[in-house]
Amino acid sequence: MLEFAVPGGHPVLAPMSLRIAQGDRICLLGPSGIGKTTLLNRLAGLEPGQPRPALRIGYLFQEHRLLPWRTLHDNLRLVGVRSDQVSSLLSQVGLDGYGAHFPDQLSLGMARRAALARCLAVRPELLLLDEPFASLDPHRATELQALIRKLLDRTPHMAMICVTHELRDAAALANRVWYLAGRPAHLRHDGNLGDTPAAVADLARQLETLGQESSAQVRAQQPRTLGPEAADGQR
Amino acid sequence: MKATPLAYWVVLPLLMVFWGLMAWQLDSSLLPSPLAVLDTLQREAASGELQRHLAITLQRVAISFTLAMALGVLIGIAMGRLPLVNALFDPLLVLLLNLPALVLIILLYVWFGLVEAAAILAVVINKVPNVAVTLREGARSLDPRLEQMARVYDFSPVKRLQHVWVPQLFPYLMAATRGGLALIWKIVLVVELLGRSDGVGFQLHLAFQIFDVAGLLAYSLAFIAIVQLIELLILQPLERRASRWRRSGAQHA
Repeated sequence: MLEFAVPGGHPVLAPMSLRIAQGDRICLLGPSGIGKTTLLNRLAGLEPGQPRPALRIGYLFQEHRLLPWRTLHDNLRLVGVRSDQVSSLLSQVGLDGYGAHFPDQLSLGMARRAALARCLAVRPELLLLDEPFASLDPHRATELQALIRKLLDRTPHMAMICVTHELRDAAALANRVWYLAGRPAHLRHDGNLGDTPAAVADLARQLETLGQESSAQVRAQQPRTLGPEAADGQR
Repeated sequence: MKATPLAYWVVLPLLMVFWGLMAWQLDSSLLPSPLAVLDTLQREAASGELQRHLAITLQRVAISFTLAMALGVLIGIAMGRLPLVNALFDPLLVLLLNLPALVLIILLYVWFGLVEAAAILAVVINKVPNVAVTLREGARSLDPRLEQMARVYDFSPVKRLQHVWVPQLFPYLMAATRGGLALIWKIVLVVELLGRSDGVGFQLHLAFQIFDVAGLLAYSLAFIAIVQLIELLILQPLERRASRWRRSGAQHA
């Protein structure tokens, strides 16, 4: 069980206290720009002045963030993978034989899978995925989803938090849904994902209402200093 | 691109021909012909003087280059990463960048005497600000996203330096090296001319006193050739090796 708190005074996030259990598969939803990535960074201990987190974390960033000047082999070696284990790790993410390639020689989807291999290399207790399916065509997205599912099934104790825009992704990967909304952002919803399609659809309707409420709130909170000219300029 | 190597061999030979014609027309010892310079070069080389003075100058260049790069890289990175260090050193940097090399050389010779340490120190102080400014730019442009990655995966400071920072700073290090070599060897000559009794600068001093233009050109051209060799044999291969990942091409993207 991981206890995690955001203290008061954070510029983006409201004070909150989160509990994540072993094997929790959480899908983090919310309007774009609300602070989902900020929350992930906070969990990973990446915000200024934060101490190193107490548990091992694997973080799949939106960009692959592999070192472009090192081959995949060397990128994996740098996070502590033994030389003889590199190829089996690469084949786990469907990149057999790509060890000698540089990251920029790979397609977006392949680079993301290589980055996923690096996440798994550290045997994380908590896996953070920041929009893993963004900018992939539907076919590749489904492939990656299946791959992540397979990897999750293999590591039942690992907790996961996955940021996405689509409840569809949540249904495929998660058993729990967080909905982040408001300014500062707080969890408007924290609940289990239903097992049946009907329950998921019901949740989708709920979240949609939450989303509309929260964007209405955000609009209401914005200072009304824009004159007609300024509003014109924004067309 | 194909025309470039050819073009490379156009300007210099033309210049030589022009020089030869001028020397032949003027027929004055103040403008010796290319052959006369080559002759002087051979004579100096045969006596061993050329090698001795070149070696001494090269040694001074190497020592001051190493010191200036080491100091400049440290100061530049610290300034790029830490606002307080930047605030402290920035006025000093502006001062040193605008201080004429000659003033510094004279001051150090006056204060410490015509000694080797003063000569080296003068060159180093002249070069450090340039290196620091270049590396400060590099340190400021370090990708914060890779910093986060290095934090998540718990890179040690040495690992971070070697695999995350140096590859990003490499173009800046190369720029500082190139500019550094060119600037340093010129300053070393001035330092030698003003207060040393050996080296290429000292030989130029002697040649100046007896208006020995052939000697002057022979020593300068010999040293230019050496700097060009360093560029071709050390810097360019180094650069090619380090930018392999860039040229590997985006075959899938």
